[in-house]
Amino acid sequence: MKILESKSISKYFTDPVEFQVLKDISFDIEKGEFTTLVGKSGSGKSTLLYVLSTMDTDYKGKLVIDGQETGNMTKDELAGLRNEKIGFVFQFHYLLSDFTCLQNVMLPALKLGKLSNKEIEERAYQKLAMLGLSDQALKLSSKLSGGQQQRLAIARALINDPLIIMGDEPTGNLDSNNTRIVFDIFQELSKNYGQTIIAVTHDDDFASKSDRIIELKDGEVIRS
Amino acid sequence: MNINAQIAKTYIVTNKKLTGVAVAGVVLGMSIYIFMNSMLLGFDKASSKSIFKTTPHIRVYKDDEISRPLVSSNGKKMLLINPKIVPAKNTIINPGLVISSIQKMKDVEIVTSQVNANIFYNSGKSQITGLCSGINPEEADRMYAISSTIVEGSLGALKGNPNGILIGSGVSDKMSLRVNDYVNITSSKGVNKAFKIVGIFKTNNSVIDKTKSYVNVLAAQQLLKEGNVYVTDINVNIKNPDDAEKIATQISASTGYKAEGWKQANETLMAAQRMRKIIITFVSTTILLVAGFGIYNILNMTITQKINDIAILKAMGFKGNDVIRIFVTQAVSVGIMGVIGGMMMATLIITLLQHVYVGGDIGYFPITYELTKYIQGIVVGMVITFFAGYIPAKKAANIDPVEIFRR
Repeated sequence: MKILESKSISKYFTDPVEFQVLKDISFDIEKGEFTTLVGKSGSGKSTLLYVLSTMDTDYKGKLVIDGQETGNMTKDELAGLRNEKIGFVFQFHYLLSDFTCLQNVMLPALKLGKLSNKEIEERAYQKLAMLGLSDQALKLSSKLSGGQQQRLAIARALINDPLIIMGDEPTGNLDSNNTRIVFDIFQELSKNYGQTIIAVTHDDDFASKSDRIIELKDGEVIRS
Repeated sequence: MNINAQIAKTYIVTNKKLTGVAVAGVVLGMSIYIFMNSMLLGFDKASSKSIFKTTPHIRVYKDDEISRPLVSSNGKKMLLINPKIVPAKNTIINPGLVISSIQKMKDVEIVTSQVNANIFYNSGKSQITGLCSGINPEEADRMYAISSTIVEGSLGALKGNPNGILIGSGVSDKMSLRVNDYVNITSSKGVNKAFKIVGIFKTNNSVIDKTKSYVNVLAAQQLLKEGNVYVTDINVNIKNPDDAEKIATQISASTGYKAEGWKQANETLMAAQRMRKIIITFVSTTILLVAGFGIYNILNMTITQKINDIAILKAMGFKGNDVIRIFVTQAVSVGIMGVIGGMMMATLIITLLQHVYVGGDIGYFPITYELTKYIQGIVVGMVITFFAGYIPAKKAANIDPVEIFRR
């Protein structure tokens, strides 16, 4: 089942001079695939991920997520779609530093509002336990180590059982030990839970262990 | 509590310093606004009160008339060259009827006739010029609250005592007159009459205290060699002094006599009052605006600080409106805290000032807790804080999260 379809997506930067970052990119991603986007810096891989994430709407072409054409959705509808169907893990973990770990994990689910607060809390504890963070639940997220923060970000990405997890260099800021841990988590999610994952990385080791590698060069797909 | 409110609450609690500064800004602006406006109203009330000690809300009297041609022949215009004032008496004809017709009007509270006479006080060899008002003691007391100014004797003793007189404390000091002493009064018509002092009053307005005295209407009419229908002034008090001008014109129209409101009679005071009002309004509004600008800056800063959080929230699926709600909730909470603090602070300042003695015929600092100003302050304070939160939040809500992540 196709979960994400990119149909000839192109994107231009106009500042300082017009420049085509993404050139007619087309590919499909199947449910349960662990895909990595690789390429040298400036190849457009992060830009592509932001387009796929629906956060960047300034592009040409078609993006279909879970059978829904996103081109004519409003920003608020896209926000709803992200809330329900996409989980994010960023390079610089991007947690809300004023909130506890538990609150950080709960936020997307509270926003979705499909479950009661109690159920959400229970689920959040489950996710934290899954990532080995149960004992950190009530600490402020800013008090955790880098590796712990990245795991917390993954727990947050998982809370709404999203269709796709997107990672922007999820291991880019971690030492080799933590990189291994994060990778193992991704692999486990993909193998044991059938989770679809799209991650941008420049870590060849990380990429080589994934199901599928899409390589970009100068805004074009050269391997997929 | 919904999720947006929870986030707002967390931001308020975790950034205690910023919240504190913002709240302090609102408190300062609000309290000064309420306090300044209460002070202005207090001044106004004090000055009207001191005016009303001697002036009625409306004074009805016969104005001097200029002579004009009696006949108007068809088509031709008659003209008097060098017209003069008609040498008629300034008396109101049939005062009983005029009084009863005014009494029937709406909003009229007290109507009383008064006869004023210019006189000399004589005691032994000393002589002081003064003004003697012939009054109906009961009605005049209700109008001017004379009994509240009496320091010796009583107003009641004047009732039914045609030879009684109430004199000002200045007159009594200068002539060493006490209650039960006699004072000899000479009127402008040459009438000489001895009065028994039944009371001494002190208004703290030295001009009045040194010249004025009250006698019964009858006695004043005698001093002027007039009969008991001679009335120069009819004084009217109404429910709301601010309506004086309007009611005065109605009285003029229905009685044919000149009716003058107290504002017209005290134009200089009114001008000073208007000026004071303009100054204080400017000052207090400026303070409120400055405080509002401060709040705007602080909230703007909070949002700039939280721009990363906003991007994350939007990435997680929070909508633009959610972002606005979070920061507006934060701003309004700051507003509510500031408004409550401001009201308490204003109450404190007003209470303190009420205990400051300034002397004169004012006494304690004339300031009261003005409910309308409190309400105005609350409304203005809340509106300013709302927009101080809304404007930057609206801007932040429109930012694309990618723009922030790319930095």
